[in-house]
Amino acid sequence: MMRKINRIAGNIGFGFGVLMLVAPAITVFLWMLSLSLKNELDNTDYPPVFIPNPPVFDNFAEVFERNNFLKYAINSVIVSFTATGLAILLGVPAGYGIAKMKATKAAVVILIARITPGLSYLIPLFLLFQWIGLTGTLAPIIITHLVITVPIVVWIMMGFFEGLPAELEEAALVDGATIWQAFRHVAMPLAKPGITVATILAFIFSWNNFIFAMVLAGRETRTLPVAVNNMLTFEQISWGPLSAAALLVTAPVLLLTLLAQKQIVEGLTAGGVKGG
Amino acid sequence: MAGSTATLDGAAAAAVTPRRRNNYARRYWWFVVPCGVVVLGTIIFPWIFTIYMSMHDFKLGGEREWVGHANYVKLVTDERFLYSILRTLYFTALSVVIPMVLGLLAALAFARKFPMRGLARTIFILPMMATPVAVALVWTMMFHPQLGVLNWLLQQVGLPPSMWVYAPDTVIPTLVMVEVWHWTPLVMLILLGGLASLPIDPYEAAKIDGATPFQSFWHITLPLLAPFLVVALIIRTIDALKAFDTIYVITQGGPGTASETINIFLYLQAFAYYNLGYASAVVVVFFSIIIMLAMVLLWTRARVKASG
Repeated sequence: MMRKINRIAGNIGFGFGVLMLVAPAITVFLWMLSLSLKNELDNTDYPPVFIPNPPVFDNFAEVFERNNFLKYAINSVIVSFTATGLAILLGVPAGYGIAKMKATKAAVVILIARITPGLSYLIPLFLLFQWIGLTGTLAPIIITHLVITVPIVVWIMMGFFEGLPAELEEAALVDGATIWQAFRHVAMPLAKPGITVATILAFIFSWNNFIFAMVLAGRETRTLPVAVNNMLTFEQISWGPLSAAALLVTAPVLLLTLLAQKQIVEGLTAGGVKGG
Repeated sequence: MAGSTATLDGAAAAAVTPRRRNNYARRYWWFVVPCGVVVLGTIIFPWIFTIYMSMHDFKLGGEREWVGHANYVKLVTDERFLYSILRTLYFTALSVVIPMVLGLLAALAFARKFPMRGLARTIFILPMMATPVAVALVWTMMFHPQLGVLNWLLQQVGLPPSMWVYAPDTVIPTLVMVEVWHWTPLVMLILLGGLASLPIDPYEAAKIDGATPFQSFWHITLPLLAPFLVVALIIRTIDALKAFDTIYVITQGGPGTASETINIFLYLQAFAYYNLGYASAVVVVFFSIIIMLAMVLLWTRARVKASG
């Protein structure tokens, strides 16, 4: 009897502990949602109003009306999709080659790229883009985003190809396939889960990136994080539209995380990757 | 495997073993070349060009002048820069220790089976996937001294209100709080991966010997987990040193220069004052600090591996 009570008490304690771990994570997002659904009067009320009653969607409408938000959203989509796509095209074969050649030096370059502060790439690239006259287009932003996406893809794919059994490709080679065919028709189909993980992570970290576009983007070429940050500077206290914009920016990656949490956990556990 | 390649390459090549291996590897070069070109252009070129730039006096729109190591001499005597190093170390120390402790606790919790574990874990990792600018904005609103929800919470539990990011002595601990919230999940994931790979035999033996849960944690889990703890420590340290987005969005280094870390100082020099030569020297010094710390930690890792 005593043992049973002890166990129940232990379980309650454990449940409380888990709640304490999870609560801060969810609260910030719920508060973001709450702010975005209230009018300005409720948002600046003290003590704070927690549950929007009734919820209003004016903030979202205002974001789209006032801030050229749609244009920046399109910019973000173009940049992240292109940078991720290019990284997959380049990085998957490269990861395969590095794994096959056991090229540890190449792996070290990727590792150092992972630990270099994103800001330090910007001075030379900023000057370079000015000299060759690319400023004012999305090209510089896409190119700098490759600094984030390429190392993520190479790193994950390298690990993935190293873990694949070599027998199948060798059988294909003995049967007269070229190494490209062995890669394309044997190794790559096997590596599909790895490619999925790499794509998702590269996309998320490119989408979230702030600093590159912050420095390189002009009025027409801002990505969403930069646009939202600019709203803060100009609208100090209008919390509703600000939260609505913040929510719109981060909603796609949060949804992606919820949908693909298994792959994301897998990829992050293996590589400890993070961009910028 | 060696047999099949030998027949493919022919007997002549087999006579010269090192060269044969070389040729075998070389066949895969073309897989790496396109990516290599991009890495060369976007990653390696900036490194080299930065070192070159750091030896020039160059303000955007002005003349570029060779000054040798003068920028570095200036850095050593620039109090603002030296203070930014101290602030960075202060911020980093707190932003490493707290997530390591909390991340370990969380990993131990999520390694157990309990109802709705998948959902709880997904929610727990949401902060690290969320767009930093977006969450930084929400934190900024929560820090508002008069209208912010955090001061209201403090009031509810009977504590005096805080100035959060609006006072020099609380700004760094407050930013650390955001960093901890943001990146503890990554530590948790690395350690959770480690816990999943631990053998179960030692635990069973310990149970038979009557060890308490704490004893088996202290004498079995911690030593076996050491390599993963070091990996998490390395990654966390580097990321904390590099922290930029949330600090920049929330305080831009202020109030005054109270939260100006090396990264913020670098940003301001480069893209607010356009001292590109001077900023390049900051990059070189900053990068050296990061590499040095990474080396120390990697060396620790090698030692942990050797003893484990």
